[in-house]
Amino acid sequence: MREALTLRGNNALLTRANPLAKFVSVFLITLVLALSIDLVSASTALLGELALFPLAGLTVRLLWQRGWPLIIAAILGGWSTAILSAGSGRTLLDVGIWSISEGSLQLGVGFMLRGLAIALPAILLMSCTDPTDLADALAQKAKLPHRFVLGTLAALRLVGLMAEEWQTIGMARRARGVGSHGSPPQRVKAMLGQSFGLLVQAIRRASRLAVTMEARGFGGGQRTWARESSYSRLDVWVLAGGVVIAAAAVLAAQWAGTWHFVWLKQPN
Amino acid sequence: MPSPDSGTPAAVRPAAISAQGWGWRHAGRTTQAIHALDLDIRPGERVLLLGPSGAGKSTLLHALAGVLGEEGDDADETGSLLVDGVSPKAQRGRAGLMQQDPETQVVLSRLGDDVAFGAENLCVPREEIWKRVGEALDDVGLRNSASGNFALDHPTSALSGGQKQRLALAGILAMRPGLILLDEPTANLDPAGVLEVRDAVGRCLDKTGATLVVVEHRVSVWKDLVDRIVVLQPGSSSSAGGSTPAVLLDGDPETVLVQARDMLIAAGVWVPGYVPATRPRSGTAAGSGAGFEAGSSGASGGELLLATRELAVSRERSRRRGFTTIPPLPVQSGLDAEVLAGQALTITGPNGAGKSTFALTLAGLLAPVSGAVTAAVGLSDGAGTDPFKWKAQQLISRIGTVFQEPEHQFVTGRVLDELMFGPKHLGHGEERVDELLERLRLRHLVDANPYTLSGGEKRRLSVATVLAAHPRVLVLDEPTFGQDANTWAELASFLSELLDAGTSVVSVTHDREFSSVLGGTEMRLEPALRGGARQEAGAA
Repeated sequence: MREALTLRGNNALLTRANPLAKFVSVFLITLVLALSIDLVSASTALLGELALFPLAGLTVRLLWQRGWPLIIAAILGGWSTAILSAGSGRTLLDVGIWSISEGSLQLGVGFMLRGLAIALPAILLMSCTDPTDLADALAQKAKLPHRFVLGTLAALRLVGLMAEEWQTIGMARRARGVGSHGSPPQRVKAMLGQSFGLLVQAIRRASRLAVTMEARGFGGGQRTWARESSYSRLDVWVLAGGVVIAAAAVLAAQWAGTWHFVWLKQPN
Repeated sequence: MPSPDSGTPAAVRPAAISAQGWGWRHAGRTTQAIHALDLDIRPGERVLLLGPSGAGKSTLLHALAGVLGEEGDDADETGSLLVDGVSPKAQRGRAGLMQQDPETQVVLSRLGDDVAFGAENLCVPREEIWKRVGEALDDVGLRNSASGNFALDHPTSALSGGQKQRLALAGILAMRPGLILLDEPTANLDPAGVLEVRDAVGRCLDKTGATLVVVEHRVSVWKDLVDRIVVLQPGSSSSAGGSTPAVLLDGDPETVLVQARDMLIAAGVWVPGYVPATRPRSGTAAGSGAGFEAGSSGASGGELLLATRELAVSRERSRRRGFTTIPPLPVQSGLDAEVLAGQALTITGPNGAGKSTFALTLAGLLAPVSGAVTAAVGLSDGAGTDPFKWKAQQLISRIGTVFQEPEHQFVTGRVLDELMFGPKHLGHGEERVDELLERLRLRHLVDANPYTLSGGEKRRLSVATVLAAHPRVLVLDEPTFGQDANTWAELASFLSELLDAGTSVVSVTHDREFSSVLGGTEMRLEPALRGGARQEAGAA
């Protein structure tokens, strides 16, 4: 868990790019995909993104391990769109309340691909970006308030600790007679108690950490940075990549005649 | 460390402290944490602050570090406390504070960044920061040293407790503070870690000449490093007037330790060369005063209660990938042990050897990776032989486990409820609660919130809550860590009584004196070889 938050061992090209450049690229792609609901733009973007995976040091297995909730969410979203949206064209499946027509299937697949195409860049970004570097870039380049950025970064470090703490508290409570076995309601109750214990520990740890940070002079208006967050030629390529993928998605959809702004009425 | 390029090179100007009638009441409390403190500390002095828990030592250090929160929100300040004649809050970076819990002394995830953090906040120019980071890491022995040589991007989560504390010291040094404040910096460390940190502090003080104020129960660790000992006592801040001053004693270490020996011992301070008197085991002295009955079967010395065979342990669970199950890598394996009624088993060994993991597995809280933990009929009493499979309520009336951190085990918001929790769920044993309240001096705290107790009180409560369920086996994980001598002696005496009454006591400890009071057998664990076994399992 704690290892998952660092990039040790990942020497892929994109780890060396400035996080802000990567962030802007991802934002561009996401923005374009959010504008239209159609198959072509989503698939184009998805193809472009998949091509970038090796550059971020990602494999299919890693992708699944890190992004499975998002991937499953995209698939479920597509499925529910397919069965719930208004039917049009030939009916392909009709089982009771579930009916899927050509039009709704197309919409569903489009929705799923879009979900994936929007989720993947985020996974890509997190896989090749060290939180520390991201914080540096956000505070120095994007000029976000450093108290907020560094506070979040320090808190992030505690997340891994909390995972260990969860296990310890679970055992400690069992040793007090609070069971993790038993009927479902009992389990839920035990889980709530354990969550409360974790919350208490998280708050105590956080307040001790806050004291540590304050005692090191944190919280003033000004500060210097030991490491400069800088741009390199690589970042130009990263930006260009983002622009190319976004533009390709739009152009392909325009060319195929499927581009359709989300706020316009669905064609039949 | 001459650095001609910056304006103030060695730049450490030792700080002076002056307190006059100073007192502080925390928000939500009726009494002051510290009261009527008059104290002057000259620049460069090294002061060891002693006193029983509740004397306000930590509060004083927090105030000196300028992190005591705001007066106003229901907290109250009286008198004055100044560093170099100025309020500590008004001068960030003048003092550096190290606290007890190593995990929260680290701010960032890369070693070098963490050291730089304080200096960055003080707006030190970039080139100067990295110079300071390098020097600080050298000074605390984390770079170019036999005790550590780490890269600047080394992950801080991979450091040991002692290394984390030295890292925190480096972060403090990089701020070039005139005052170094240490709040029980070694309480959570094993003996090797304690010396590591103490020596690093000594080296840094010799080099910078900064003023030091350290709070610590174990005098012998710091005695030779300090040149003054100040003993605080809990102030009675009753508005009735005639209040006691906060400073009980003040002087050079030898004098204070000789003249006030008895007073310090009474206050629970660990005075060098003194081991608190504890109740002897009845096996050695024929004291039959086992006033405490454990379990139902009384003293039946030597009965086998619990045994392990070829046990391999790990905190991790098996992982599932696809259809294959990958067992975790054991941190220890091939462990054979026997737990006998009325006898102590002490588990020792260096950090990382898996002592706690073994104890928790023995206690039915972790599943064995391989091998078995088997409860004898006398213990299992119809619940099956594998303690891990017992229901929680079956477990607590058979094996009680006291965790290192008492707070992990609190399940209610009131001391009395906490004690009644086990008996109430088991439907018996409430009569013992009264006895435990008395015996472990918790009577005056029955209505308090467990989280608000002092360290010693929390420890006593956590032992009492587990014992309220009448377990025949008691497992304790580092029960004496960070405890003052009084709590220590009480705990050791109490456990020796339990042992004589037939309870079995298994403890994980670094504390030799403690284990010699309990007697019994020692089981020493060495860190497992990180060789073949690990790789073999990892290839799955």
